[in-house]
Amino acid sequence: MTPLSALFEKTRSENRAALIGYLPAGFPSKQECIDAISAMVEGGVDAIEIGFPYSDPVMDGPIIQAAAELSLSQGTGAKEVFSTLEAVASTGTPAVVMTYWNPIERYGAQNFARDIAKAGGSGVITPDLTVEEATPWREAVQKEEINSIFVVAPSTKDERLAKVTAECSGFIYAASLMGVTGTRTSDSTSARDLVGRVRQVSQTPVAVGLGVSTRDQAHEVAQYADGVIVGSAFIRLLQESQSMGEGLIRVRELAKSLAEGVRR
Amino acid sequence: MTMKSTVVQEDILGHFGPYGGRFVPEALIEALDSLTLAYEEAKVDPAFIAELDYLHKTYTGRPSIITEVPRFAEHAGGARIILKREDLNHTGSHKINNVLGQALLVKRMGKKRIIAETGAGQHGVASATAAALMGLECVVYMGEEDTKRQALNVARMKLLGAQVVPVTQGSKTLKDAINEAMRDWVTNVETTHYLLGTVAGPHPFPTMVRDFHRIIGVEARAQVLELTGKLPDAVLACVGGGSNAIGIFHPFLDDLSVRLIGLEAGGSGIASGKHAATISGGTPGVLHGTRSYVLQDENGQTVESHSISAGLDYPGVGPEHAYLSDIGRAEYQPVNDDQAMEAFSLMCKTEGIIPAIETAHALYGAMKLGRELGPDATLLINFSGRGDKDVDTAARYFGLPL
Repeated sequence: MTPLSALFEKTRSENRAALIGYLPAGFPSKQECIDAISAMVEGGVDAIEIGFPYSDPVMDGPIIQAAAELSLSQGTGAKEVFSTLEAVASTGTPAVVMTYWNPIERYGAQNFARDIAKAGGSGVITPDLTVEEATPWREAVQKEEINSIFVVAPSTKDERLAKVTAECSGFIYAASLMGVTGTRTSDSTSARDLVGRVRQVSQTPVAVGLGVSTRDQAHEVAQYADGVIVGSAFIRLLQESQSMGEGLIRVRELAKSLAEGVRR
Repeated sequence: MTMKSTVVQEDILGHFGPYGGRFVPEALIEALDSLTLAYEEAKVDPAFIAELDYLHKTYTGRPSIITEVPRFAEHAGGARIILKREDLNHTGSHKINNVLGQALLVKRMGKKRIIAETGAGQHGVASATAAALMGLECVVYMGEEDTKRQALNVARMKLLGAQVVPVTQGSKTLKDAINEAMRDWVTNVETTHYLLGTVAGPHPFPTMVRDFHRIIGVEARAQVLELTGKLPDAVLACVGGGSNAIGIFHPFLDDLSVRLIGLEAGGSGIASGKHAATISGGTPGVLHGTRSYVLQDENGQTVESHSISAGLDYPGVGPEHAYLSDIGRAEYQPVNDDQAMEAFSLMCKTEGIIPAIETAHALYGAMKLGRELGPDATLLINFSGRGDKDVDTAARYFGLPL
């Protein structure tokens, strides 16, 4: 069992949702990313998604695009992603990598899965890998016994939902709405509907992402989902802060507030 | 409408050997499935075929003519050179073939809004045109860099009632315009059709867009046979994403005596690293929803492409071209900026036809091949677009006062 799967058993037994935080590796710099993740964990984030910054992030809104661009301009690549993963996982926090498919394909699916496992990572989220194209990846994750997390969307039909969720382990990433990543003012009912439909076809924990940024939103999602994913809101705090010190304080505060939200 | 070739048979998921397929957010799968279904139904529906055919005859100006160019051919080893005049289509390039086909599909699917990406502006203009014709809302994403290079086409799109959104992310060119269009599509997929302008992107785009452009090759094959009594020795076309090339190549795939040659944008030369020759200088990878050749670094990050021609300035290429290259059925060669401009100038001065700079890459390829093969050879070139939009770039290149 991966640390990620163990986490969901724990949060289920505590009758609460898990809080999952996202940050791209190398943002704002390699070390500051690790510091910000520590602040997130101190504030109460249960698990970390480390983004592999990519040149053509079609699922991401302006906040994550800007963060990825900054990270890439400093030369972030696979090496930095794996060392960040190792730094986080070694503290005992469940950690996964979120990446578009091409960096995996370039690295080699087997090699990528192997190095995730070697770094102590629990798995990988692949937002643009369709199950039809996943054969080499499926073999790689099974061999390394890491979690394979696919994204489902409100537009995913029931029949397909069964097919995609059958490929998931660790958790299922439910996109709360039709759109790209970013902070939004209110939650949509589409997330609740989607999670309900996933429950009909799968026992795997479901975490909701896209647009969650406040304690109240986290609290609402925690009523029906097993996990709440927050990314852009943390990144925006770091982008807006005058200094890294200020950014870390604000990140810790947001994490603390969200952690209260996920407790039902 | 579609006649399957025995050389290339894409599978039901849109794979050409190891290339093609779908690498997209799950949110788009439903729309791609609906589009695939709508297209599969439409392409065998006599009413749809008749409507598109009627539009091509009365609006596009099809069939486009062929023109033999003996004065230009003197600079190409005296080979017989025949142009397929897609530049004479309404809106000035081959792009209208695909746009009208997809716009009819949009009507059939009941969607009211189309979005499109554009590099040179040719596809954007064609999309804006079709939207005006069919009463659809149209938003065109265009890299900020390209809006400057192709200001005339930006004005044309606006005159046609389209909204042009300059894209300021990344390299501010075609690649980033596609990213932004895909983000729009993910968000508005229920009401919006993404009218993709080339034979790339997720299935069904590479096959559907190809099918809409096959008319180029179907007409040209018959026209050349009628004019010369035989098939050409080679068919040449420029390749950015590859839509005009696949359109003219495809009906010749089974004619194994006919060489198929795609001319890629060599920019300042492959060795310089500043080029857009994806097959000649790239490696297999995934970009914009499909697996094909990609200009990328060791981390799988897309590398910026460079070309004097905005329409070829793209770091990816259609998956069918990748496959045709691997199996050796088609050849792909780079033509650098200076070579293309040499051919551009020659075409203007020897034949009184101003080509698009994209097309000039194919013209240079024919000059080179003609010199190799000599006067007995017949070469068919897809003259994909006219050069009005490039007057500014060309004048600057040749140092003419504006």
